[in-house]
Amino acid sequence: MLRANVLRAGLSRVIGLVTGVAFAFTLSGCGQDAPPPKPKAEAPKPPAIVTVRIGSASPLTGPQAHIGIDIRNGVQLAIEDANAANVEIGGSKIQFELVAEDDEANPTKATTVAQKLVDAKVAAVVGHFNSGASIPASKIYSDAGIPQISPSSTNPKYTLQGFKTTFRVVAHDDQQGPTLGRFATGNLKAKAIAVIDDSTAYGQGLADAFEATAKAAGAKMVAREHTTDKDNDFKAILTKIKGKKPDLVMFGGIDPQAGPMVKQMAQLGIKAKYIGGDGMQTPNFIKLADKYSEGVMASMPGLPKEKMPGGKAFLEKYKTKFNAEVELFAPMGYDAVMVFIDAMKRAGSTDPAKFLPEVGKTRLDGVIGPIAFDEKGDLVNGPITIYVVKGGKWEPLETVTPGGAAEAKPAEAPMAAPADKPAAAPAAEKK
Amino acid sequence: MDIFLQQLVNGLVLGSIYALVALGYTMVYGILGLINFAHGDICMIGALTALTVAQTLAAMGLPLPLVLLLSVLAAVLVCIALGVSIERVAYRPLRHAPRLAPLITAIGVSILLQYSAALIWGKQYFSMPELVKPSEIALAGVHLTDLQVFIFILACTVMAGLLWFIRSSRMGRAMRATEQNPEVAGLMGVDVNRVIAFTFLLGSAIGAVAGVMVVLYYGIGHYFMGFMLGLKAFTAAVLGGIGNVAGAMLGGLLLGVIESLAAGYIGDLTGGVLGSNYRDIFAFLVLILVLVFRPSGIMGQHTGDRA
Repeated sequence: MLRANVLRAGLSRVIGLVTGVAFAFTLSGCGQDAPPPKPKAEAPKPPAIVTVRIGSASPLTGPQAHIGIDIRNGVQLAIEDANAANVEIGGSKIQFELVAEDDEANPTKATTVAQKLVDAKVAAVVGHFNSGASIPASKIYSDAGIPQISPSSTNPKYTLQGFKTTFRVVAHDDQQGPTLGRFATGNLKAKAIAVIDDSTAYGQGLADAFEATAKAAGAKMVAREHTTDKDNDFKAILTKIKGKKPDLVMFGGIDPQAGPMVKQMAQLGIKAKYIGGDGMQTPNFIKLADKYSEGVMASMPGLPKEKMPGGKAFLEKYKTKFNAEVELFAPMGYDAVMVFIDAMKRAGSTDPAKFLPEVGKTRLDGVIGPIAFDEKGDLVNGPITIYVVKGGKWEPLETVTPGGAAEAKPAEAPMAAPADKPAAAPAAEKK
Repeated sequence: MDIFLQQLVNGLVLGSIYALVALGYTMVYGILGLINFAHGDICMIGALTALTVAQTLAAMGLPLPLVLLLSVLAAVLVCIALGVSIERVAYRPLRHAPRLAPLITAIGVSILLQYSAALIWGKQYFSMPELVKPSEIALAGVHLTDLQVFIFILACTVMAGLLWFIRSSRMGRAMRATEQNPEVAGLMGVDVNRVIAFTFLLGSAIGAVAGVMVVLYYGIGHYFMGFMLGLKAFTAAVLGGIGNVAGAMLGGLLLGVIESLAAGYIGDLTGGVLGSNYRDIFAFLVLILVLVFRPSGIMGQHTGDRA
């Protein structure tokens, strides 16, 4: 019967091999007739309609599908708006076309999808959702010279690889984590903190940044536990944490884990406050955690949806179009497309090689607010908002702008030092 | 100390769920010598069926105990139909084929069930409406819910019932006869096909109940939940001695407790080198040790051609 086990692993390996070989063939086949995307605006006949493809890569299936579909919808909305506005670039009318791919929140699948998008000759890519997917995929886009804007990946490493093609329109974890840490130690006055992460690039990165800041602010770390992004039994680690009597539990991870975890905490009689990052600041979290979600706090890069400069109009447009509420990152996906189109207009070309330098020079007032990138491709002064669940709904509690002072608590201002310095910042900025 | 007790309780409840699933594995193995890899996925189908029925009926405003009863019933019926037809279509034609053939078919059926469920229900996580409001019991610093107690008692009852059934009922005798020698049993007037179909019926019904318990306990279900559940239950069955009903129960409980304690203490024991996310290593390490030193499992008899 052990053989059965081996057999099962073996079988999947064989399947993997077959797919891999088939994929390699596809690649080599495409390699010959797919030189770097030709400048499509070169056509000398101005009135002709040129089709420009914009890629969208996010998990469209799996536990995080609701968030990935949200991003794709935002991208789709932007493309429809751009087409309705009859954009002309370099003298020809441009018809934008969406190429949406499913990366299943899987790093391996993400590179496959990235290659697929490159082969489909997209001019630009909005994606991916997960940091763990964006990072490996970014190499492929960089090699192909295609600009990539992640609407949501917050792991600092994403923009630290030295690629000229990687951008993001959210604050990163070296901003988000410390903001959470300062909020926990400052506003919530947490003294004993337990930290759990889901062993992913995103969850662990966020938890590490949080831990460093909270520690520096004098809080005691009573436990550091790990789970996975597939698990849903946390009783054992929660029981262990209970024995350490924390007054706050911080989780770096996504809602399919955060929801049941909050429930199980209540069942074990743990009274500590619960706080996390943007991965759990979703309506889905409240659905999964049910009544136990009350009082849970989470940060989210960006202004509250309703408070975004273009928020209200966008939320309404989204609702009419998709008959659903915006989950998280649809506004970021929308703005990412607008950044690309804006750069194309300024460059007068839809050729990635020509408009890529313009992306870095973006000065755009998007749905999410003013958008500009620093030399690494990170959003300059991305605000971070902390939310709390109240009456079964996420309510904004306070907004912090890295580099600026906290809006609500002036006492926090000295701690809210600029976090847009690279990775070492959180430890360094607290004397 | 109360932390240790709490970990023990966590482990016992988790183990009861493993045991419920493991009973299905072990019964089919005991009679047919076939490892029904699709069993975990049958539990998943049962869980998702119950979830759908519960969501629909709860939205219609029916009283919750009735909703629970109907969803369990629906899950059991769907799983019985599924289990019996899988046996008829995928295993019966291969009964006299080499041992490897039905094993491969079982893996195929497992994958088929997973992706059929993905087609029907989609791949997202579903939350189960809270049908039983678990009331808390605090005992000597240990937090228990009545649902946890119920799951533990249910697992024990099912095991005891199964033992009694196999030992004392007419059908049970036929099952034991089939286990020892299907041909001779057939010559003695036992309808072997019926006995085997019944084994699958019973196993699938227990699997459905196990699946419902999982979604009730954790509150969420998804199309892939049967895979790890099946693997763990299979481990539990092997640990206890596959083919042995009481062994499956023991193996399940043991595995649950090992996992729970490993997750709780591994970090402290290794000075933080290994985190609680390594708890599965301990579970499977125990499996390997048992297989090396006692290949037939804790309670299994040495039968040579099996195990």
